[in-house]
Amino acid sequence: MGQTISEKIISNHVGKEVYAGELVISKVDGCMASDTTGPLTIKAFREMGGKKVFNPEKCALIIDHAAPSPNERIANLHKMMRDFAKEQGMRLFEIGEGICHQVMVENQYVKPGDIFIGADSHTPTYGALNAFACGVGSTDLAATMMTGKIWLKVPQTIQINCSGKLQDGVTAKDLILFLVGKVTVSGATYQAIEFTGEAFESLSLASRMTIANMSSEMGAKTGIVHPKGLALDYDFESITPDTDANYVKTFNFDVSDLEPQVSAPESPDNVHNISNYEGTKINYAFIGTCCNGRLEDLDVAAEILKGKKIHPDVRMVIAPASQSVLLDAISNGTMSTLIEAGASLITSGCGPCVGTHQGVPADGEVVISAANRNFRGRMGNPNSNIYLGAPSTVAASALEGQITNPKKYLL
Amino acid sequence: MAVQTNIRAKAHVYGDHIDTDRIIPGKYTKTLDLSTLANHVLEDLDPKFNKEVKPGDILVAGINFGCGSSREQAPLALKQSGVSVVIAKDFARIFFRNAINIGLPVLEIADHSIQKNALLDIDLKTGIVKDLTANITYTATKLPDIMIDILAEGGLVNYLTKNGTYTL
Ligand code: SF4
Repeated sequence: MGQTISEKIISNHVGKEVYAGELVISKVDGCMASDTTGPLTIKAFREMGGKKVFNPEKCALIIDHAAPSPNERIANLHKMMRDFAKEQGMRLFEIGEGICHQVMVENQYVKPGDIFIGADSHTPTYGALNAFACGVGSTDLAATMMTGKIWLKVPQTIQINCSGKLQDGVTAKDLILFLVGKVTVSGATYQAIEFTGEAFESLSLASRMTIANMSSEMGAKTGIVHPKGLALDYDFESITPDTDANYVKTFNFDVSDLEPQVSAPESPDNVHNISNYEGTKINYAFIGTCCNGRLEDLDVAAEILKGKKIHPDVRMVIAPASQSVLLDAISNGTMSTLIEAGASLITSGCGPCVGTHQGVPADGEVVISAANRNFRGRMGNPNSNIYLGAPSTVAASALEGQITNPKKYLL
Repeated sequence: MAVQTNIRAKAHVYGDHIDTDRIIPGKYTKTLDLSTLANHVLEDLDPKFNKEVKPGDILVAGINFGCGSSREQAPLALKQSGVSVVIAKDFARIFFRNAINIGLPVLEIADHSIQKNALLDIDLKTGIVKDLTANITYTATKLPDIMIDILAEGGLVNYLTKNGTYTL
């Protein structure tokens, strides 16, 4: 019987052929926790009798969600993580090194064909690498760190097939927003997604990460991009589905006419063509996050803002996804372009994405953000509204002070 | 540690797609202090909840309860506030696992029509939920065996302390 990518990867890890619906205990290749989930993970690890993490080379802690620490309480939690990492001989990624998902990929903690478990809901991002990656909470992660294993129900898979090529000025973010709108925020709960078809084949690794990242916004356990066209700077063996694999559902879209998309408050699946919202006044523009804080995202914003100034009523925050992204954006001139246009650069990391610090919106304010979530209160103030769009849309909107279709600046 | 398997209490009822930011906003999650979590539970959804909830009360919701982040602080905040069990039409998967892992029972009842303040009688062993106010009986979806074992121990910490590793 044919297998999906997820069924193949899990089968490889449990040493027998398994199919959707089976309950398995699988070994994992690596795991990580951030400063939101890490402290509770450490506590649970100790409580369950954990002495040594299963493989210090493959387990990591990342300080990214509230970095540098905004208060003494969080400073103490960060210290707890540093102490634990030292004790265990595992790597701790310090403040400013970057967002957990970005640094896991850059530092090759996860590779094609792996099973990777992260104590963060956007762990499916590694599906860009043709890996099976799922998010869990702290106690689950503690158990994985201790045993090197996880229990899983082999998921059913939804196939999302996109034919056609994206138009110039339309990005992977527009494509995934469109798909989240179609599948809905609970449309893939407990299930895996396979993204396949021409539209994905020419995408860069960064764009594939944007796609896989938002599988979480459809409730999926994992979201894997078909490896066709995937280019990495090391050799790898890719895992492809069998032609007779069993899908619980298949979506087919021709995306060659897709327009830039916007997700309106207050759910990521409230997605519409940008024309529905053009002209909406904005106060605050944000580019960053594990969804869209990579070099190509900053580059496209710089292309739009080059030699111009953002609108006087708008403030703009840039949080590069990692230090390495920041260094690249410094050397290619993107960073000075953005700053000269009026943007404010903050520490590489999650920044204001999760409402902890570094740019909480005021009551009644409107944010255009390149992030992945716009739930009420997400950025720290339940009385503000968040629109999601591509980095190009965020940049064009910052320029005009209102939601703006970026195409005219890119063609 | 055995968990209480018979519960009779009042239902606090909310709607669909209650995300983890609404269960406990991100700005309060960076703590190991459970009372801080309980003090802010559901505050952006219903600021009165935290004052009205009584130990043992039942939280009832619609579809996709707990969607969003992986923060285990969400079920911890609910448990600490006194909630004894969460019933929803269905759950987001990480929340579902987290709740079981910390020993907060969750029941999936796809077609419930439980109303605010209903008095419920729950048998966690059988998954039978009696709505005594509306006089309707529901049967919750059966949990995977491993989840039943984890819940029976009061959570994953106890389960692994006892067993050392996972067993099927
Ligand atoms: S950038 Fe935002 S979505 Fe990504 S891991 Fe950080 S807080 Fe979560």
